[in-house]
Amino acid sequence: MTTDKDNLRTRIQQAIQSQKRPTVTVLSSLLAIQDLVGYIPEEAIEEVAAHSKTSINSVFGVASFYPNFRFTPPGEHSVEVCWGPTCHLKGATEILESVLGKLGLDSEGDTDDGKVSFRFNTCLGACSQAPVISVDHELYGNAKPDIVLNLLNSLYEKETLN
Amino acid sequence: MKYEEITSQATAEWANMTSGRVPLVRIGTAMCGHAAGAFRVLKALQKYLDSKGLKANIQEVGCLGLCYAEPLLDIKKPGKSRLFFNNVTPEEIEYIVDEYLINEGYPKEKVFGYIGEEGSVNGEDSLESMPGLKLQNRIALRNAGHTSPHDINQYIANGGYAGLYKALTDMSPSEVIDEVKNSGLRGRGGAAFPTGVKWSFLVGSPGPTKYILCNCEEGDPGAYNDKGILESDPHTLLEGLAIAGYATGASNGIVFIRHGHDGPIERTEKAIEQAYDLGLIGNNILGTDFNFDIEVALTGESYVAGEETALMEAVEGKRAMPRFRPPFPAAFGVWGKPSNINNVKSLAYAPEIISKGADWFSSIGVNQSTGTAIVCLSGDVNRPGLYEVPMGLTLGEVVDDLGGGVTGNGQLKLLQTGGPLGGVLGPDSKDIHIDFDEMRSAGAIFGSGGIIVGSDRVCAVDLTRVLVAFCQLESCGKCFPCRLGMEHLLEIVERISNCASKPGDMDLMKSIGGTMEAGSLCGHGQLGFGPIRSAITHFEEDFRLHIEENRCPTGSCDRSKIVPKNTRPYATDHIPGE
Repeated sequence: MTTDKDNLRTRIQQAIQSQKRPTVTVLSSLLAIQDLVGYIPEEAIEEVAAHSKTSINSVFGVASFYPNFRFTPPGEHSVEVCWGPTCHLKGATEILESVLGKLGLDSEGDTDDGKVSFRFNTCLGACSQAPVISVDHELYGNAKPDIVLNLLNSLYEKETLN
Repeated sequence: MKYEEITSQATAEWANMTSGRVPLVRIGTAMCGHAAGAFRVLKALQKYLDSKGLKANIQEVGCLGLCYAEPLLDIKKPGKSRLFFNNVTPEEIEYIVDEYLINEGYPKEKVFGYIGEEGSVNGEDSLESMPGLKLQNRIALRNAGHTSPHDINQYIANGGYAGLYKALTDMSPSEVIDEVKNSGLRGRGGAAFPTGVKWSFLVGSPGPTKYILCNCEEGDPGAYNDKGILESDPHTLLEGLAIAGYATGASNGIVFIRHGHDGPIERTEKAIEQAYDLGLIGNNILGTDFNFDIEVALTGESYVAGEETALMEAVEGKRAMPRFRPPFPAAFGVWGKPSNINNVKSLAYAPEIISKGADWFSSIGVNQSTGTAIVCLSGDVNRPGLYEVPMGLTLGEVVDDLGGGVTGNGQLKLLQTGGPLGGVLGPDSKDIHIDFDEMRSAGAIFGSGGIIVGSDRVCAVDLTRVLVAFCQLESCGKCFPCRLGMEHLLEIVERISNCASKPGDMDLMKSIGGTMEAGSLCGHGQLGFGPIRSAITHFEEDFRLHIEENRCPTGSCDRSKIVPKNTRPYATDHIPGE
């Protein structure tokens, strides 16, 4: 009988094994796991350490350094708002206020219903369209608070439609 | 395959595509197009063409530089010039397709201009006569917006890999290095060090394994030209990388990109695959005895990972923290092997420098700054974009002629250049030329090319606060003057912004800045005080009003201050679960 824990371990191993790039490192394995599993569970730290023949401490040292890694399962949807200088000049503060207000958060984190994970982004790379937000990795430029609220509402509507 | 076979096949495909019987539809899907909704437009376009049973050759292309006009749709009907439609929404697709492709009418309202030898379409203006393109001289971005990054043959049909072929067949490695030295090309990553000289450091290092690393970490907010090149034309970077490999005797190239930037990553990986298939990288390239492998390495989110020694740590899969120097990368680089780190833009120039010669390149630009500047223009400006212009343009020409002036009838107040560690310039900076040395002596740097425009509605203290918050968040934590210094600087700038400063705060900041400069291993700490220093030099009055009169001149500082405040965990001895 396989348990959820075993399944998780299998998926982690899959992520490590299926890396196509020639060079495999602790960091590349962690990124592959985050992409496949959505976060870095404790088991991932152990598996990467075993695969890379290094200690759990040094793997966690790498994982904890890069803020794009998370250690708990993510919400269903990801929302990122850029707060870089261009976006700031073009109204990121108002966007952040309305997003955080709508999600009931005061900073980075997940909504209580597990629906949305919110993150700050230092630069989404489309400064010419500032302010920029990203919803489930799709970019939306020239964002206005009302457009952003509609986008967030649509995340909740999709579920009721289903 | 022989080079002649590769080029003749590519040329035939290109001719077929551009003068075929079906309309050729191109749409810009680089990051700027993406954020403007290009993928939603593309989907609507495919759906509508299918529903009407219309055939068209749809190609995703990169950024023409006119980001403000994205999503930019470009339709070439057989025998006619390319007609461009700007700021297209999914809802407008029906109108454009109906009018231009079905009814033989003319969607006048959405037309932007034309490009092409076949002459004007319906008397429209040429896009190339508009300042946004006219002032540009595109070298690294010569194919952006014209060819598909997904198809190596489009690159080859437009002269791609001619530079590498020439280097391999007509030139010795030292002649290639001399050519790059003579071109005057200086590194475009920020330090402006002569690229040819840098390459020559690697020549004498022992092999056989030597690395050329290409830096596309590009964590600077306000800069997107590296990603722009990889998304628009990754092939030119790969060709440049292979030329650098040949010149220096390197065996491997690594393109280093930040995880999460899916467009640049996917396009670069596809380009590598296609280049291997044609024998343009790998073993015995183009039938010669030159072998060179290229792969992509990803980094997690870390601005400092763009520093060359921290980059090597990240490639090795570790925390991106800088190393002590010496030993220098040319002696002891990634995995202890000799290495050379170059910015995307620097390498992307190499194919054209080899093809057209050093004299051609050095005839563009001014003084010790030859070639072009790839400017990422954003902020309070009417036409933000990705403009490749000859070095030597003034900042005023960039803001007014390229950028179409400051938005909303505002006055120019400040220019933030060179990334978050760069500087802030005042309105009197319009006469400064884009020239590495002139900008440095003006107290700012050209850096990687970001220019953020602020109008008179912007408070210099508020902007400085955001820049310092970024630098604090991104300190890797290795050197304590930077780790603690940035935190204290942020505290003080926040105090000033809140009109709650303490006596002596300005002097305290200067003292902390001095310690950071003296006691940090890498540029992050050494230059971390730069944004504050230039802001208090050029905008003393803004600071004085907050400190002495307890008010913000524009009201910007009265808004809520939402910035992430998660300092990186520094300890490595944490065991999960404990």
